[in-house]
Amino acid sequence: MNKLKKSTIFAYIVVGFGALIMLAPFYFMFIFATHSNGDILSVPPPLWFGSELMNNIDYLLNALPYFWHNVGMSFYIAIITTALNLLFCSMAGYALAMYDFKYRNVIFAFIMGTMLIPPFLGMIPTALVMKYLGWLNTPKALYIPMACGAMGIFMMKQFITSAIPKELIEAARMDGCNEFSIYWRVVVPLIKPAFGTLGLIVFIGQWNNFMGPLVVMNDMKMFTIPLALRSLQGTGMTPWGAICAGAAIAVIPLLIMFTLSSRRLIDGLTAGAVKG
Amino acid sequence: MSAVESAEKIPAVSKKRSLKQRLNAKGYKWAPYLFVSPFFVLFAVFGLFPLLFSIYLSLHYGDATGGIDRMEFVGLANYIYLFRDDAWFHSSLINTGWLALASGIPQHVVAIPLAFFLHTAFKKSRNTVIGAYFVPFITSSVAISLVFTSLFSRDFGVVNMILTQIGNVEIFGFQPLGWLFPTENVDWARPQYIKPMIAFVVFWRFVGWNTVLYLSAMQTIPKDLYEAATVDGAKPWQQFFYITLPQLKPMMFFAVTLTIIGNLQMFEEPFIITGGTGGIEQAGKTAAMHLYLTAFTEGDFGTASAVSWLLFFIIAILTWLNNKILGEKD
Repeated sequence: MNKLKKSTIFAYIVVGFGALIMLAPFYFMFIFATHSNGDILSVPPPLWFGSELMNNIDYLLNALPYFWHNVGMSFYIAIITTALNLLFCSMAGYALAMYDFKYRNVIFAFIMGTMLIPPFLGMIPTALVMKYLGWLNTPKALYIPMACGAMGIFMMKQFITSAIPKELIEAARMDGCNEFSIYWRVVVPLIKPAFGTLGLIVFIGQWNNFMGPLVVMNDMKMFTIPLALRSLQGTGMTPWGAICAGAAIAVIPLLIMFTLSSRRLIDGLTAGAVKG
Repeated sequence: MSAVESAEKIPAVSKKRSLKQRLNAKGYKWAPYLFVSPFFVLFAVFGLFPLLFSIYLSLHYGDATGGIDRMEFVGLANYIYLFRDDAWFHSSLINTGWLALASGIPQHVVAIPLAFFLHTAFKKSRNTVIGAYFVPFITSSVAISLVFTSLFSRDFGVVNMILTQIGNVEIFGFQPLGWLFPTENVDWARPQYIKPMIAFVVFWRFVGWNTVLYLSAMQTIPKDLYEAATVDGAKPWQQFFYITLPQLKPMMFFAVTLTIIGNLQMFEEPFIITGGTGGIEQAGKTAAMHLYLTAFTEGDFGTASAVSWLLFFIIAILTWLNNKILGEKD
């Protein structure tokens, strides 16, 4: 009995220590963001907050004159992508959940099958397509191709199947509601929880997207945050304080969203992956 | 039979219907296709067309940015070049395999016992601990790879500071941990160290994700299995090996599949950590990076497209093998 307890305590310590390792990079990111490069390069490195945050941000704005514009671009692109996904995925999910129509199963299988296409396969041709369309350095090059994902359709279909009784749809139809108003007035108000989960997932995915903007954005002004941060690398001595300040700005919105809705986010991501 | 009957009946009924109802009946027929059409329009333009275009590109050579008519048809020459002559492509494939294994295996070896322990021993603080392990998964890989680059730097990095302090622990003039831990600062940019560093960052990012997957599978294992085992006097570790592990098999198959597919596409972490170059002797360059660099720094879109298809087939074959080995043994 005593032996078992000792091993359990040991396991608690290991798991707790592991959790600290998981969080340590975030801690150092915030610490370094508040220190000058000289402090960071000293031995031992700083372990507590300093007072150089504003200087680091000044440096960041000097090196990246469009940094706030880049932050705005990231928000703008992520928000539009999210809104389009909520609309298109819920429409498709509603059709697949509530209608009996010819080729429904084939269509659903096809949509699911597109999830098997790895993103790198489209990287080069997409860059060329965007060039021919004249969409390089425009936000739509990022939000239009990602406006309706297969996983979102799957999540919406699952949720609508379980949350909305078919009788409700039929009752609305009997009352003379047309097909689009059934979707808009009956279905949409009832699937708000799924909107929340899918919205978070899409927003985070687009906010973190690196490969997409890397091949379609080459004007510094149109960079998203990941691209802007990346461009600080390799120009003489690396400004670690400024990089960490920028990284913190990129990560803070995610940390806020995660703390507010970690349960919903984790459940949504795993359910989407496991059942899909 | 019944179709004929109903076809005769419908006009009789629909005469009594209002115009609005008849329009609605038509709408019922067409609405689902309209509702799924955005997906198919977007997929046709930004999914299917690029794929076909990519096959076309992989059979051509020349600068595509000046217009595809400037490219010359070369058949399978790009593929043959990659197979026979492109040594950097071969080394990038080896790097990818190395990184996939070195970051992938520890993910599962750690995630399964961790999930078991979280499942059995944690009650109140469980969600907080899960959150701590999961949060790397949702953070910007670019931002956090930059932070890791500073933590792993040679002269002032926190990682080297901790490792050398452990390595230099002295007892009676000996350094008992000196053989396992470095006693001098490690230059993580050097070819033999850059891969373990990248693998650690990838491990760090995905271990929590796998833990959550295994945890969700453990919650579906029937409790009476454990109760029966406890009655029979099975110890916790026996329950882990004889109940939990076998019951987890479907999830293991699924999670390993995701790891294979994801790791073989590894791009962002090595790209940022090596500053977009692949590092010294290109030791940290993955196949996906080779694809990007061939296209966008060398301007060779044809060969790069061939790389993407070869990588796709490698992923497909390994996923299929995994399915043969882990998936169908029941």
